[in-house]
Amino acid sequence: MAWKNMWRNNMRTLITMAAIFFAVILSVIASSLKDGIFNNLVKNVVSFYTGYVQVHKQGYWNEQILDNSFESSAGATRKILSDKNVLTVTSRIESFALASSAAITKGALVAGIEPEKENQITLLKNKIVQGSYLKDNEQAVLLSQGLAERLKLKTNDTVLLIGQGYHGATAAGKYLIKGIVKFGSPELNGKSLFMPLAVAQDFYSANGMVTSYILSLKDTRDLQTTRSTMAEALGPAYEVMTWEELMPDIKQHIASDSNNMKYIQGILYLLICFGIFGTLLMMMVERKFEMGMLLAVGMKKTKLVFLLMVESVFTVITGCLLGIAASIPIVYYLNRHPLKMGGETARIYEKFGFEAIFPTSTSAAIFIHQGMVVLLIGLLLSLYPVYKVIRLDPVTAMKR
Amino acid sequence: MNTVIDAHNISKVYNKETIPVYAVNNVHLHIEKGEFTALVGPSGSGKTTLLNLIGGLDKPDEGQVRINGLDITGLSANQLIDFRLKNIGFVFQSFNLIPVLTAKENVEFIMQLQGVERSKREARVKQLFGQIEMTDKLDSRPAQLSGGQQQRVAVARALATKPQFVLADEPTANLDSQSAANLLDIMAKLNKEEQITFLFSTHDQRVIDRAHRVITLVDGKITSDTATVSTTHDNVSEKK
Ligand SMILES: Nc1ncnc2c1ncn2[C@@H]1O[C@H](COP(=O)(O)OP(=O)(O)O)[C@@H](O)[C@H]1O
Ligand SMILES: [Mg+2]
Repeated sequence: MAWKNMWRNNMRTLITMAAIFFAVILSVIASSLKDGIFNNLVKNVVSFYTGYVQVHKQGYWNEQILDNSFESSAGATRKILSDKNVLTVTSRIESFALASSAAITKGALVAGIEPEKENQITLLKNKIVQGSYLKDNEQAVLLSQGLAERLKLKTNDTVLLIGQGYHGATAAGKYLIKGIVKFGSPELNGKSLFMPLAVAQDFYSANGMVTSYILSLKDTRDLQTTRSTMAEALGPAYEVMTWEELMPDIKQHIASDSNNMKYIQGILYLLICFGIFGTLLMMMVERKFEMGMLLAVGMKKTKLVFLLMVESVFTVITGCLLGIAASIPIVYYLNRHPLKMGGETARIYEKFGFEAIFPTSTSAAIFIHQGMVVLLIGLLLSLYPVYKVIRLDPVTAMKR
Repeated sequence: MNTVIDAHNISKVYNKETIPVYAVNNVHLHIEKGEFTALVGPSGSGKTTLLNLIGGLDKPDEGQVRINGLDITGLSANQLIDFRLKNIGFVFQSFNLIPVLTAKENVEFIMQLQGVERSKREARVKQLFGQIEMTDKLDSRPAQLSGGQQQRVAVARALATKPQFVLADEPTANLDSQSAANLLDIMAKLNKEEQITFLFSTHDQRVIDRAHRVITLVDGKITSDTATVSTTHDNVSEKK
């Protein structure tokens, strides 16, 4: 049928299509930025130090002392790992000690870690700026960069540690510095020191004891569920805490940032609605006479409405598909070359050791979801011309 | 006798609630087959309203309009659309053509609406474009045509479905005098050769001069009805 010719090469169709096209691109970018920022921040948080979830002896978080440590048991680890959402679990024993070089003494957070598992969760190996990473049971330590500077120590030097062990025992030892690690957080960078778990237990006279299990999760959205099922499985002797509880200020920042993004997205959708509606309105004004003429010479309204719908659906779907196609390279580009934030936000994030870069998420779901949202908006709004045509009276439509 | 249009005592009132305006006031009108009639009168005299009532685009507040004996005032909106498609050809002052279609397609689509098959459409288009002397412009878009050419295509479109009569509301209002004369020549030729009934409104004296019958409308009332050229209709002169 030559009806197909009816709306060909139509400038208005192109304009509407362009409006839909840019709407899709904008909303895909906004949404993938939103998701990307959120994922990136959470990933940062986890590889920061705390992991997604920690298990302690009940009361440890309020009073972080060695006497609040617990005996690491295969049973407890098994219970934790039996949760399908848990990816890895590692143990730590953490306490404070004095670290000395020849002339200088500073307070240090001495953490015993399981080198390989620790690295899987917090990517400690990546933070090495000098020397090499720890091996199990090795009588050696990693020094944070700030602490090393203050003690004027470097790799292959020896550091002397003195402190209080489990149940009041004296803790003392001399260790080879195997590497220097750098943290973005001044707090961690200024005082942490790592050694293999067994070596630390020896130092603290706390054989078999740990202060915390650090967990990484498969699906990070199920944080709360995982926490509560685990708390139930482990019983009241343990406290289970999420990163959100361990670092409430960061949780706060992420929440407010992703909220801001939601507002931006809401405004964007509003703009999209206005943009598409504007073009449709313009189109209707321009076409009023044409439509009135068609009705006058004897075209049925149902036919006119049908043609209009076919045209809208075609325009909206084509615009959406083109928009999705065009946004893919843009989103991938922004994923490879993430936006960098400056100013106050950057400073806050850097304080916690996060780089304030905002890569986009390239998840296929975003393209589909945003494409659908705009499609829906477009189709709903294109009901407006249909409504106008249904109410169109040829006599008034053709009045000048 | 072959009465095509028979308007009986029709009136159209606007602003009934506030100050009523009788756009068409108690009009009687007979048009016979083959007439070439001009409806004249100053702006606001009710020409468009009367043509809309006769064309079934609008309904009178009083009276009946019979086309070939059928009272169209009783038809539903959908029946009217169908009736217009099958019986009446329309030429408007402007916006006659769909800008995205070629001249040929603008004429063809109305036949498609009627379900005329392709070969017959092609033949009719060819014939009509010959009659409007535009065989070389079949594939031009409206924007590529002059105003006069656009109106000629509109006349072809109006005739495509072989209607009972053609209503033209100020078809020459946007044309220069040369194009207006040309359009009228073509309309007159079609009237003469094919016995097409034309009823057109105008306030252009040169156009009025070419009509065979002139009906004058003032304030919605017919003030005179004169046959200037002998047609099937007798000379009538009314004064109110
Ligand atoms: N839709 C309408 N609402 C109110 N008044 C109208 C409307 N259409 C026409 N009129 C009035 O009816 C009268 C006749 O108008 P019209 O038929 O357009 O005259 P003409 O075509 O001769 O210029 C005018 O006074 C006009 O103002
Ligand atoms: Mg008028």
